[in-house]
Amino acid sequence: MRLMTAEGLTLGHGSTPVLRDVDFHIDRGEIVTLVGPNGSGKSTLVKGLIGAIRPIKGRVDQVRGLRVGYVPQSLQMDGFLPLTVSRFLCLPHRHSDDAMARALQEAGVPDLAKRQMRDLSGGQFQRVLLARALLMEPDILILDEATQGLDQPGAAAFYRQIADVRDQLGCAVLMVSHDLHVVMAASDRVLCLNGHVCCQGTPDVVQDAPEYRALFGTGTQGAFALYRHQHDHHHHHHDQDHGHDHEDA
Amino acid sequence: MLDDFLVRAGLAGVGTALAAAPLGCFVVWRRMAYFGDATAHAALLGVALSLAFQGPIMIGVLATALIMATLVQSLSGRGLAEDTLLGVMAHAALAVGIVAVSLLSGVRVDLMSYLFGDILAVSKTDLALIWTGAAAVVGLILWRWQRLLTAALNPDLAQASGISAKTEQLVLTIALAVTVAVAIKVVGALLIGALLVIPPAVARPLARTPEVMALLTAAIGSLSALGGLGAAYQFDTPTGPTIVCVAAGLFVITTLFGARTLR
Repeated sequence: MRLMTAEGLTLGHGSTPVLRDVDFHIDRGEIVTLVGPNGSGKSTLVKGLIGAIRPIKGRVDQVRGLRVGYVPQSLQMDGFLPLTVSRFLCLPHRHSDDAMARALQEAGVPDLAKRQMRDLSGGQFQRVLLARALLMEPDILILDEATQGLDQPGAAAFYRQIADVRDQLGCAVLMVSHDLHVVMAASDRVLCLNGHVCCQGTPDVVQDAPEYRALFGTGTQGAFALYRHQHDHHHHHHDQDHGHDHEDA
Repeated sequence: MLDDFLVRAGLAGVGTALAAAPLGCFVVWRRMAYFGDATAHAALLGVALSLAFQGPIMIGVLATALIMATLVQSLSGRGLAEDTLLGVMAHAALAVGIVAVSLLSGVRVDLMSYLFGDILAVSKTDLALIWTGAAAVVGLILWRWQRLLTAALNPDLAQASGISAKTEQLVLTIALAVTVAVAIKVVGALLIGALLVIPPAVARPLARTPEVMALLTAAIGSLSALGGLGAAYQFDTPTGPTIVCVAAGLFVITTLFGARTLR
């Protein structure tokens, strides 16, 4: 089922376009990743899709009553706003203690409900954000560089969690990422952005596309092989023994 | 009971503190302190206009505060650094207001009372207006509480949940203008900012949730108002500044105490 469609979307800050003529769609159960260099318009596209910025041109259509679980790039918690994890989870809609405990469990941080948000580590914080998104029973999860500040294994574990969530809820997932290689392998479809859509398709197609290579070069080939290998390894585990794989992370 | 000017002053102080409490929390959470100052300073221009047209002070203040707040909001995010812009607006509004009041020929105006408040001269009508305004502000913020909190946390997060960050900003702007109108008689244009920012800052180290912080802020604001009033009566000092001094004293206490015992 098609959840979101964008046609001829041009977005920008004020009237200066950052991203031109994007056609985009995402279906239920699909994992789509946006990659691209800094300033290529990845976050701008996400903001356009959730309605945080108004398009300069084109339009975004959502299925009626679409529930969006959004995990932002980062939240500044500077300590002025006192907020426990459970209070945070109840914004803007209140939930029962049971539901919150379940969401925290699903996000991989079961014991944090009473903690202050600003006392959390980077990884815990992102998982609490994920838990909040899960509480919305989302049709689509949108993650904007949600693994910023996590190290490679931390990010890989986080993405595996996302894949699990998708399998359980059957929701769509739209991710923006810098961790190209980890994410690419976990995606059904990749859009490579650089002010417009340079290329798109399955991860294999995109990584061989000349446009993608022109942007990201061949210098990452060695690292790519390494991560690719790591991913295959996890994936193997993942298929055989779900629970074990989790604890490894 | 209301015939006693001290009772009226006390009620006026508490009413203002209650209006300022939840709003002040958002001012602190959203780093709008300068925004509050700019709006409050514009109130003086409202006073001048009211005097010139011989209208009710509170209406003039409310109107200019609303205009100023909207103006600042629409100008922000257009290149100039926000704190610079707000600094320019806040000081310019104050200066223009004072000049405007002094230009009113034929009217003898006690400028000090508009700058620092004149809580001891609060009439029964003033009192009714103050409590009506306070009730409106508190009601508005309570009604939008969950939405306001979400938007304060992160505008995109709010947007994804179908909450318009712009609308919530507008709610705060309106609440701020009403609070300024309510508070000008009590603490004056110069010290409204203090009444907004200091009580939440006092409450912050003692609170673990936003709701507790807002309630504590209300209590601390009321305590400062009554304590300041008492002290001003005792030592024959100007009331508005004395109220702010009491609040500032409480700030030192909870910050030192809070840093050691709570986190």
